[in-house]
Amino acid sequence: MTMTLRAMLGATVALTLTGAALAETTITVATVNNGDMIRMQGLMDAFNAKHPDIKVEWVTLEENVLRQKVTTDVATKGGQFDVMTIGTYEAPIWGKQGWLVPLNDLPADYDVDDLLPAIRGGLTVDGNLIAAPFCGESSMVIYRTDLMEKAGLSMPEAPTWAFIKEAAAAMTDKGSEVYGICLRGKAGWGENMAFLSAMSNSFGAKWFDMEWKPQFDQQPWKDTLAFYLDLMTNYGPPGAANNGFNENLALFQQGKCGMWIDATVAASFVTNAAESTVADKVGFALAPDNGLGKRGNWLWAWNLAIPAGTQKEDAAKTFVAWATSKEYLALVAEKEGWANVPPGTRTSLYENPEYQKVPFAKMTLDSINAADPTKPTVDEVPYVGVQFVAIPEFQGIGTAVGQMFSAALAGSSSAEDALSQAQSFTTNEMTRAGYIK
Amino acid sequence: MARKTTATREAITTVAAWTIGFLIFFPILWIIILSFKSEGDAIKTPLAVLTSDWTLHSYAEVQERSNYARHFWNSVVLSLGSTIVALVIAIPAAWSMAFVPGKRTKDLLMWMLSTKMMPAVGVLVPMYLLFRDFGLLDSRIGLVGVLTLINLPIVIWMLYTYFKEIPGEILEAARMDGANLRSEILYILTPMAVPGIASTLLLNVILAWNEAFWTLQLTTSNAAPLTQFIASYSSPEGLFYAKLSAASTMAIAPILILGWFSQKQLVRGLTFGAVK
Repeated sequence: MTMTLRAMLGATVALTLTGAALAETTITVATVNNGDMIRMQGLMDAFNAKHPDIKVEWVTLEENVLRQKVTTDVATKGGQFDVMTIGTYEAPIWGKQGWLVPLNDLPADYDVDDLLPAIRGGLTVDGNLIAAPFCGESSMVIYRTDLMEKAGLSMPEAPTWAFIKEAAAAMTDKGSEVYGICLRGKAGWGENMAFLSAMSNSFGAKWFDMEWKPQFDQQPWKDTLAFYLDLMTNYGPPGAANNGFNENLALFQQGKCGMWIDATVAASFVTNAAESTVADKVGFALAPDNGLGKRGNWLWAWNLAIPAGTQKEDAAKTFVAWATSKEYLALVAEKEGWANVPPGTRTSLYENPEYQKVPFAKMTLDSINAADPTKPTVDEVPYVGVQFVAIPEFQGIGTAVGQMFSAALAGSSSAEDALSQAQSFTTNEMTRAGYIK
Repeated sequence: MARKTTATREAITTVAAWTIGFLIFFPILWIIILSFKSEGDAIKTPLAVLTSDWTLHSYAEVQERSNYARHFWNSVVLSLGSTIVALVIAIPAAWSMAFVPGKRTKDLLMWMLSTKMMPAVGVLVPMYLLFRDFGLLDSRIGLVGVLTLINLPIVIWMLYTYFKEIPGEILEAARMDGANLRSEILYILTPMAVPGIASTLLLNVILAWNEAFWTLQLTTSNAAPLTQFIASYSSPEGLFYAKLSAASTMAIAPILILGWFSQKQLVRGLTFGAVK
């Protein structure tokens, strides 16, 4: 009898211990549905093999839905997510609010000093790294080599805006539906304003001066908008006020654009022969400048962050460290090839001779290095962000100003009207928000 | 007096009706066509799209990447669940408003409808906090409650208009024969209003199926319906039209088929009471 009891007790203890050893932590990861993130979901076997005690549940969403959802959750401490994918716009704002867990204690082999300085700078708040970059991007000139040759021109590695205009004029052949230049016109802080804000930096314009006064009434913004409207009206596709990334991508892939200035991520789409009719006739160059020391390119990264208050901080950190490690980059290279490695986060990737063979690798790195979110434009400014201003009010202000500029492109208002509307609207909003005393 | 219809007039109206019908249906048709094309073909000119090869590749990819069955099941539970709860509340409510109206019944009806005019995002944070505190985030029960409340004003309004068409004398006669309130609603009113209730039910299922604000905000994975399935395929940078079309077709197919089979009932219900 005693023996049986003892045996039963022993068995119970053994079972409990086995159970504890196998206890699984499930973490929920909210992520954007770009190619790099989808690819990671397919490579989770490697993570599971290494960390069988952590199960990852994915919530994959479109960028705008994701932003709204994770913002609600983090602001209300809803606790639905243990890891969130956030952009370089949210990172400094949320970091300042204390909504994110600092990532200063990542393992030594993570090599935090290997992160690209421009990207790391945008993710550091008060000396703390508050998110780990997963993939970075900038913008650059994507152009048709055959049309450039036909026009008798040759694209420099670092073109000026004057050259872009000259080339756009030479490449435009409206009769054959070929337009010299395709640029974003669709209204939105992440649409036309991402492009125009970055462009304005190269014209020496800025959103705000050191007293947070809007600067749309100054000459550099007038020059920026006039140049943009002139380019698009004369050499752009019809209906450009409705064109965002996807619309321009489709136009370029169908051979209707001579040049397109947009995200570096486009490189892999336009050179993919399965989707693009011009895959073998594409060249890349740095975003244009005006000789003022700043180029018209932006800087963006998708980063993994851990919301403060999660019950599963350790498991979340283990996952974030793995997903943004050198080891993961090597894993993607091994399974999917170097061209599919998430770009723009680590110096060591760009030093790798294998990766240097990828056609757009150097241009992506040079573009990222050409942007500094802490010193985005020619003059000193009080804000962080190249194609955005990292303050909570910017989404609303940026989109409203984007609508005014989009209307100017559509021809329903003049450039002067658009700028004066933008100036008075932004002044009101900034006064109401307490920036302007 | 019946209006005289000539053959020409009939031909013109038939052609016009078919044209309008086709124009309205065209975007859906185009989505279905694109879903059977490769990504490269999907962005070609319309004529080239039609003449290119047909493939099931996009469906295979969507199937591989997402758990369609789970999203589909959640959509079914949410739309049917919220509709049934809404009807259980709305039938007695509409009965009282139609047959024993008070001085303020009209105002009450208008007020109920006016709640639909408020932008949903205005109450997002309080709702989110309530859901968080009651542990309802990402739960089907919580969402059934929200969807019921959202559609309740429309359900009550629709039922109210149908019930108004039913002569009060019939109910009175039933009462004379000894029917109590319960049997009056269950055995007299409801059977007579079946077309109205059926169309309300169908419309509410469609509205709940398509609801894409709360179902996206309040779910993560367990309770996420097809709206979230779609949201994982659209993208502001790098849209894959064929895959998005395949996902869209899979999301709308059930409700499209339901609508197709019940169109007679729907049209009858929606025009019920329109002509006096």
